[in-house]
Amino acid sequence: MSERLSSPEELADIDRELLNNFQHEFPLSVRPWQDLADKTGIDEDAVIQRLQSLQERGYISRIGPVFKCNSLGVSTLVAMSIPEAELEKIAAIINSYDGVNHNYERQHEYNLWFVIAASTDDELDNLLDSIEEATGYRCLKLPMLENFHIDLGFELQW
Amino acid sequence: MVMNNPKMPEYRPDAVDWQLIDIIAGGIAFVKRPYLDIAEKLGITEKEVLDRIRIMRICGLIKRFGVVVNHRELGYTANAMVVWNIPDEHVREFAQQLAASETVNLCYRRPRILPHWPYNLFCMIHGKDRQTVIDQVHRLANDYTHGNARYDILFSKRRFKQRGMHYHPCRKTGDDDS
Repeated sequence: MSERLSSPEELADIDRELLNNFQHEFPLSVRPWQDLADKTGIDEDAVIQRLQSLQERGYISRIGPVFKCNSLGVSTLVAMSIPEAELEKIAAIINSYDGVNHNYERQHEYNLWFVIAASTDDELDNLLDSIEEATGYRCLKLPMLENFHIDLGFELQW
Repeated sequence: MVMNNPKMPEYRPDAVDWQLIDIIAGGIAFVKRPYLDIAEKLGITEKEVLDRIRIMRICGLIKRFGVVVNHRELGYTANAMVVWNIPDEHVREFAQQLAASETVNLCYRRPRILPHWPYNLFCMIHGKDRQTVIDQVHRLANDYTHGNARYDILFSKRRFKQRGMHYHPCRKTGDDDS
């Protein structure tokens, strides 16, 4: 990631438009950046250059698909309660597992939260058993049972 | 709206889809014809690449396609997971109200694990400061549960790992709980 060139408050209006307006109505066309250019009134090269710069500055993670939970295998949210002094060490152990996608410290008695994925339920349970064994702490397995939210991206307020 | 029982038949990606998923999971390239580059790698036509992505989107395997922003870098540093203990007979109604609220990003029902974990509904709120998020949660609790629901707000602290999905042909994963 390159050096931060600006703070989010200093983003140009056109950058804000690019960040906000194409989170779910992104064109699946031969020249997608040209389509964005037509909609925003700048040219194709400028669209590419601005989006690339926004990504280099860390504002954009990627431009692409967000997959539905569990549609490509099985996954679950997991909570653990870890003594503060051991948290970093345990987090590193968990990160070393291939199927771990997110891993956050949260302010709570259950202070370590991660999402882990596998091909099958059995494989997932084996991974959790292995994590419990490697860390010495219990995993609370909290899989999604029902989704109530349609993902339309995230509306940024400036 | 509940999306657990989509009317669309389940789509089973074939081998070419898996290669395509592998390529696009990290995002499309900043070149004039990004899908043509992918087509050449896969040995299929540009149209077929686009058609395959469209099918995955229509059937819901891809829930959205577009710009994925980093909340933290854009100033949304108060990232809260809000967990609620809602009686089972009311959880769907409350969840639908929560999900419709502008402040809520994700809204999932998950199991209670008694006696350790009493909460059965999770939502995410990304705010610019903690007090604003706390006020928003109080408002949701008052508006929709008349202040009766037990809930807790778990703010994120350190981010140990966060990445888009990594896929391997034999390791089929998915979740986006950011």
